[in-house]
Amino acid sequence: MSGLSANRRRFLESAAKGGAAIACAGLAIGLLADRSRALPATAIRPPGALPEDDFLGACVRCGLCVRDCPYDTLKLADLADGPAAGTPFFEARAVPCEMCEDIPCVAACPTGALDPGLTEIEKAKMGLAVLIDQENCLNFQGLRCDVCYRVCPLIDKAITLELSHNQRTEAHAFFIPTVHSDECTGCGKCEKSCVLEEAAIKVLPLHLAKGELGAHYRWGWKEKEKAGEALIDDIIDLPDRGYQGMPSEQRLKGFKP
Amino acid sequence: MSLDDPGREAIAEKGWLLAHKWLLLRRGAQLFFLGIFLVGPLTAFWLVEGNLASSRTLDLLPLTDPLLVLQSLAARHLPETTALLGAVIVLAGYLVVGGRTYCSWVCPVNVVTDAAHWLHIKLGLAKGWQPKPGTRYGMLALVLLGSAVTGTIFWEVVNPVTIVHRALVFGLAGAWLIIAAIFLFDLLVSRRGWCSHLCPVGAFYGQINRASLLKISAAKRETCDDCMDCFAVCPEPQVITPALKSKGSPVVSHWACTNCARCIDVCSKDVYRFTLRGMETRP
Repeated sequence: MSGLSANRRRFLESAAKGGAAIACAGLAIGLLADRSRALPATAIRPPGALPEDDFLGACVRCGLCVRDCPYDTLKLADLADGPAAGTPFFEARAVPCEMCEDIPCVAACPTGALDPGLTEIEKAKMGLAVLIDQENCLNFQGLRCDVCYRVCPLIDKAITLELSHNQRTEAHAFFIPTVHSDECTGCGKCEKSCVLEEAAIKVLPLHLAKGELGAHYRWGWKEKEKAGEALIDDIIDLPDRGYQGMPSEQRLKGFKP
Repeated sequence: MSLDDPGREAIAEKGWLLAHKWLLLRRGAQLFFLGIFLVGPLTAFWLVEGNLASSRTLDLLPLTDPLLVLQSLAARHLPETTALLGAVIVLAGYLVVGGRTYCSWVCPVNVVTDAAHWLHIKLGLAKGWQPKPGTRYGMLALVLLGSAVTGTIFWEVVNPVTIVHRALVFGLAGAWLIIAAIFLFDLLVSRRGWCSHLCPVGAFYGQINRASLLKISAAKRETCDDCMDCFAVCPEPQVITPALKSKGSPVVSHWACTNCARCIDVCSKDVYRFTLRGMETRP
């Protein structure tokens, strides 16, 4: 170390120490910041919220959206609540979103963390309702509860009742509440009003509620409709064993019941 | 000279009230800046909504912490006009009154660290760990770099300033942990550790000091009797010497001065007073 004066050496040492301490602090905060990205499945962001990763770079945690929410739906996350501290969220089972037409929470946001481009609340995608427990849902047992369907602000669009035959009674129909992801805003009124002790229908974040096709995947019949004809040759029709000698109109494909 | 009891001569000279004038005004201001946020939740008359991160006064005036906007930009989000305008207004305001005036007159954490310091001195505890002067800049760099790397508003994960203020205004309980941690840190680990050595928010607002208007001046420094009381009460004593003991300008021009004006209070010789940048003629 003959090349370094004592002063220079002291300076470098203290700079290295300080730098290391700050780097450690940075690492700790970084881990916390990273953990804060994991939004709990029951925490729903306000309408118009940017995707979670962008949201955390945009929301300054001022709470103006919370203040302007007329139904006290929104609240700010406390340190131990789960969502990043100070960010707005709601829990549908506690207080759902009433889907105000003027969307005051979005109007209040000074930063654009709630996208001002959202002008029609019906276009909001806060999450997606999923009828998650078919074993306990009353309608799935053949009863006419229908409450989630009745309270849906977009009744017959976001939730429809699909009929099917009730094989248990042989005389009745099942009315199956069916959520349509292109219409559902994730407001959570269905989850709030589910009559079970624990809701059978729940609003989930879109990434949990939705599957996603591989980018290469094509639905053959849609491609056919688009192109006006099948994109591939007809499937080679192999002879169906056991039907030889039958007239062709009687040949049912596959297994005969 | 009374380092463990600074201001005794000033009290004898001017009376208790005048020797605590600026301290009382400052506590009043801290209470005021918390109070205006509490008027809404308590009376449903929404005077000021939001918190120190971003607020809206009388449904009209937007104010936003410029450091938050900087972090958001570093995280590659361009905030909407309201937040940008709010940050410009805040910057303009602190260019007049001095950047770190935020620290001593507005920030709620100051009350916590001042209380810790009071007890620290009462108990006669040792200074403890004293981080190097450059540490705050390191923290500030960390905050901006962290925002850029993680794409989140980095400091808000732990920022005691907004966590405490938000908790008081929105009735969240978790802030008491942060308050306790800062109090214990300043009491037992590091004298004046948080506000004067580590806080990146203070380091940021200090940079506004470099161009701000309202300053403290050791205008009558020739009457100084070297009692050292101002050094004892000053949260950033390194700012005093260049103004008090040099042949140059008597204006306290160091960026770290918080304009808390305790030096004016405790000086029995009335050496200090408020002045405006450029107004002070050299003696």
